[in-house]
Amino acid sequence: MWKYVLPLAGFGLLVVAFYFGLQRNPSVIPSPLIGKPAPVFSLPNLHDPQAQVSNANYRGRPYLLNVWGTWCVGCRQEHDLLNEIAQSSPVPMIGLNWKDDSELAKAWLEQLGNPYAATAVDQEGRVAIDWGVYGAPETFLVSADGQILHKHVAPLTREIWERDFVPKISAAIGIPAPAAAGAQP
Amino acid sequence: MIPELGHFALILALCLALVQAGFGLAGAFWRREDWMAVTRPAVAGHFVFVALAFGCLVASFVANDFSLHYVAMNSNSALPTFYRVAAVWGAHEGSLLLWIVVLAAWTLAVAIFSRGLPTPFGARVLAVLGLISAGFMTFTLATSNPFLRLMPAAADGNDLNPLLQDFALAIHPPILYTGYVGLAVAFSFAIAAMLEGRLDQHWARWTRPWTTVAWMFLTIGIALGSWWAYYELGWGGWWFWDPVENASFMPWLIATALIHSLAVTEKRGLFKSWTLLLAILGFSLSLLGTFLVRSGVLTSVHAFATDPARGLFVLIFLFLSIGGALALYAWRAPKLGSSSGFEMWSRESFLLFNNILLVVAAGLILFGTLYPIFVEWLQLPKVSIGAPWFTWAFLAPMLPLIALLGFGMHAAWKHARMAQHKKPLLIGLGLALLAAIVIAVAVFGSAAVLTIVGLTAGLWLLYSSLRDPIARMRRGHSLSPSVLGMAIAHFGVGLFVIGVTGVESYKIQKDMPMRPGDVAEVGGYQFAFRGLRNVNGPNYVAVEGEFRVTRGDREIATLHPQKRMYRVQQGAMTEAGISVGWTRDLFVALGEDLGAGAWSVRVQYKPLIRYIWLGALIMALGGIVATTDRRYRTVKASEPVSQGAGAPAGGVAT
Amino acid sequence: MKRLLATLALAVVCAGAFTAHAIDAVEGFDDPKLQARYDKLTSELRCLVCQSGSIAESNALLAADLRREVRSMLAAGKTDDEIRRFMTDRYGDFVLYRPPFAPRTWLLWFGPALFLLLGGFVAFRVVSRRAAMVASDADDPGAPDAMIEGEQVDRPRRTRAP
Repeated sequence: MWKYVLPLAGFGLLVVAFYFGLQRNPSVIPSPLIGKPAPVFSLPNLHDPQAQVSNANYRGRPYLLNVWGTWCVGCRQEHDLLNEIAQSSPVPMIGLNWKDDSELAKAWLEQLGNPYAATAVDQEGRVAIDWGVYGAPETFLVSADGQILHKHVAPLTREIWERDFVPKISAAIGIPAPAAAGAQP
Repeated sequence: MIPELGHFALILALCLALVQAGFGLAGAFWRREDWMAVTRPAVAGHFVFVALAFGCLVASFVANDFSLHYVAMNSNSALPTFYRVAAVWGAHEGSLLLWIVVLAAWTLAVAIFSRGLPTPFGARVLAVLGLISAGFMTFTLATSNPFLRLMPAAADGNDLNPLLQDFALAIHPPILYTGYVGLAVAFSFAIAAMLEGRLDQHWARWTRPWTTVAWMFLTIGIALGSWWAYYELGWGGWWFWDPVENASFMPWLIATALIHSLAVTEKRGLFKSWTLLLAILGFSLSLLGTFLVRSGVLTSVHAFATDPARGLFVLIFLFLSIGGALALYAWRAPKLGSSSGFEMWSRESFLLFNNILLVVAAGLILFGTLYPIFVEWLQLPKVSIGAPWFTWAFLAPMLPLIALLGFGMHAAWKHARMAQHKKPLLIGLGLALLAAIVIAVAVFGSAAVLTIVGLTAGLWLLYSSLRDPIARMRRGHSLSPSVLGMAIAHFGVGLFVIGVTGVESYKIQKDMPMRPGDVAEVGGYQFAFRGLRNVNGPNYVAVEGEFRVTRGDREIATLHPQKRMYRVQQGAMTEAGISVGWTRDLFVALGEDLGAGAWSVRVQYKPLIRYIWLGALIMALGGIVATTDRRYRTVKASEPVSQGAGAPAGGVAT
Repeated sequence: MKRLLATLALAVVCAGAFTAHAIDAVEGFDDPKLQARYDKLTSELRCLVCQSGSIAESNALLAADLRREVRSMLAAGKTDDEIRRFMTDRYGDFVLYRPPFAPRTWLLWFGPALFLLLGGFVAFRVVSRRAAMVASDADDPGAPDAMIEGEQVDRPRRTRAP
C-alpha cells in the first residue's frame, strides 16, 4: 500500500524545495555576459557633450562600470561608498548615466561628489541594453583585456564590495588580495 | 486605545481557539461529553473576539488613526471612506486578519448548521478548524501584527495603492478568501473522518454542501480578479498565469474535482480515498497559495511584503498541517475499501476521468509554477515559464475534459445506457460544428482549427447541459435542485469556453498616436478622438479624453478614458473607456502625452469576452441552486451507516 | 529590512507604472504580418523590471526601450529567432516567457504528455478493476440500474397528498 504514502513523499520534496527557495532572491537575474567580452561603446561625456567617453580607451587595465540615475533611490544609497572606493581603489570607475536629465545629473554629482573617472550619457538606453542592464544601480567589473568579470545588481555595500569585488580586482591587477579592505601596508 | 483593544481581543481569540481545539480533540478521543460540549461556546467566543479585533482595525482606518503603523502605510486622509475600509485588507497584516475573520465565520457556520452531526465527529471538525485558526493567529501576533504603533504618529498616511482603489478589487479579497478558507471545512471533515477511522456516504453528504458553497465563492472571487485586471490594468488581458493567480486557480480545480468525487461517494460509496485526498489537497493548495504570496519565493505582481522570515514560519505551519493530514491519509486510507463495481462506460467512470483530468491540470499548473525553483536549486541557468507554456499545458487535459463532459452528463450510474443519448448528442455535436463554422467564417472572417474546436465544444456544451432538464420537464417530472444546479453550472462552462475562444481568436489591438479630430478604425468600428479635459477627483487629478464610437453611420457609444495622477503616491493610473455589448467589448486607453496635442492611444476590439465572466457567474449560480436541495437540509446522525456496501442511493436520498 | 524597503520601492514603481508607457507612441507596422510578429514577440518577452508581465504590457521605461529594439530589428529584417537570441544574449533565458527546449526543460515540455499518460494509466487500472467487479456484484442487490441524481429515470411527478 505504498501508493498512499506518495502524496506525503511528494509534499516532503516540495517543502525541501521551498526551504531552498526561501534562501534566494527570485528577482535577481544572473547575467549571461559574465566571462564574455564587454560591449564597446562610445557615448557623449556628461560634462562635455561634444567629447566622447569610450571604454575602448580603457583597454589594458581593469575598470568598473557603474550604472546610475538621479531618479534611482538605490544609487543615492550607494553613492557615499562609491566616493570612498574612488579614493582607495586602484581601479578607475566609469559612470553610465542611464535615461536621465543631464542637468540634474551634473548637479547631483557636484552636490554629492563625483567618483567617476568619466561619465557617459546613455539617453536612448541602447548601451544599457547591450550590457544587460535591467535596473539601476548596477556595477560591473571588467578585466584588462575587456572581459566582464563580475556584475552586481542593487546598491553596493561594503560587505559585497569586499567579498565579491576586491578579490577579483586584486587578481586582475596581479597583487595578492589584502586581508581586510583598507588595510594599509 | 482601540488598537490595543483589538490586539487584546486577538490574543483572547487565540486562547479560545486553543480551548476549542484542545477540548474538542481530547473530548472526542476520551468520549467525554462535557469536554466536547465546550467546543461550541468556544467557537462562538472565538468568533466574537476575532470580529472585535477586526472591527477595531476597521475603526482605526475609518478614523484615520495614523499612529498605527499599518494604517499609516496603507491609508490617507483624502482616501474615500469605502476605500479606507478596503485598505484594511490591502496589505499583508490586515489581509491575514481578514483570513482569520473569515475562518472564524465559517467555523461558526459549521457549529450552527451541524448540530445533527454525531457529537464526537462534530467536535473533531470544530477542533481542527480551531487548530488552523490558532496557527494563523499565532503567525499574525508573532510576525505580522496590524496593531503595532508608530512612534511618533505620522501626520498623514502613504495612501492605498491606487491599483486597489477600485470597487471590484476592494471586494475581491473577501470573496476570494471566503472561498479559499471555506475549503478548510472540507479539510476538517476529512481529518475528523480519518481520526475517527470511518468514512461513509453520510460523511460525503455532510461535506458536499460546504464544499459547493466554498467552491462558489472561489469561482466568483477568481472571476472578479480576472474582470478587474481586464478593465483596470489598461491593456485588456484577463489572465496571465501569474504565480499567485495560479495559486488561486489550483484550489479551484481541485475543489471542482472534489465536488464531483463527493457525488460518487455519496451516491455509490465509491472513490472514498480519492475524495479524502482531494479534500486534503484543496485546502493544502489554499495554504500553499498563502505561502507563495507572502514568502518571496516567487516574484509576482500580487506578492505582499516578501519576507523570508515570515516565509519560514508559514512553511513550518504548512509542513505540520499538510504533512500531518497526508500522514493521517497514508495511515487510514488503505483501510477504506469498497467492492462495488461499475462498467467502463458509466457515470462513475466519466466522473473518474473528469477528476483525473482536473487533477492533471492542477498538477501541471503546480509543476510549471514551481519548476523554476527546481531549476535554480540544481544550479542550472534560470528559466521563466509564462503563458505560452501554461496555455499549452492547460489545454492538454482540458480539451478531452470538455469533450467527455458533453457525454458524461447523461451517463447513468453503473451502466451508462448511452444508447438512447448517443444519436441526439451526436446530432447536437454536428449542429454545433456547423454553427461554429458559420460564426467563424461569416461573422469574423477566419477559422483556425483551435477556434472551431473551441466554439463547437462550447455550443455543444450549452445544448448538452440543457437537454436533460428540458426532457424531464416535458415528461412532467419534477426537477430537483441538484439536477437543475448541475445543468446550470455546465451551461456556464459552455459559455466560458465560447468566451475564451472568441476573444483569443478574434481580438484586435492597435496602438497609435492620435490628435483631437483623428479617427481610428478597429474591427469595423470607428473611434473618433474628440478632445481632452481636466478632471478633479477626491485624491487624484486626471486628464480625460472623449471618443465617439460609430459603426458606419450608427452611433455606438461615447467613451471617456482617463489618465489619473494620484496625489500622494505620485503614481499614474489608466482608467480605460469600455463599451460593453452582448457580442463584444470596445476598449480605449490613453497612453502618454506626446506633445503638440497628440496622445498615444490603445484601441481594442474584444469579441465575446463578457461570456468568460458571465460563464463563471452562471457556474457559481449552478452551485448555489444545487446546494438548496432538500437532502442537505437535515442532517440525521441516527441514520444507519453502511460502510463498503453500495447501499442504494435512492434509499439514502429520500 | 533593506530588502523589504527595496521591494517596497519596486512595488511602488511598478504599481505607479501601471499606466501608460505600455502604449507605443508610434503607429503600428503597415504590414500586418510584421505587426503580428511584433505583438507575438513582445508578448513573450518578460519585462525584467517588475518581472511579472511582458514588455508588451509593462509601463517600465526599459520595456519601452526593448520594444523599440524589437521594432527596429523587425524593420531591419531579422528573424524571430535572431531577435530572441539578441535578448537572451544580454539577459539570459529568463527573459523568455516561452522556456527554451533544452535538456533542463525537457521534463517541462514533455510534462503534459507524461501527466496525461500517468492519469490514463490510473484510469485504466481503476476502470478495469471496477468493471470486473460488476459481474461479481453480489452485495449490491437493491441498486436500481439506471439512476441519475437519486431519481429513477421515469418516475412521474409526485402529486400532493390530499
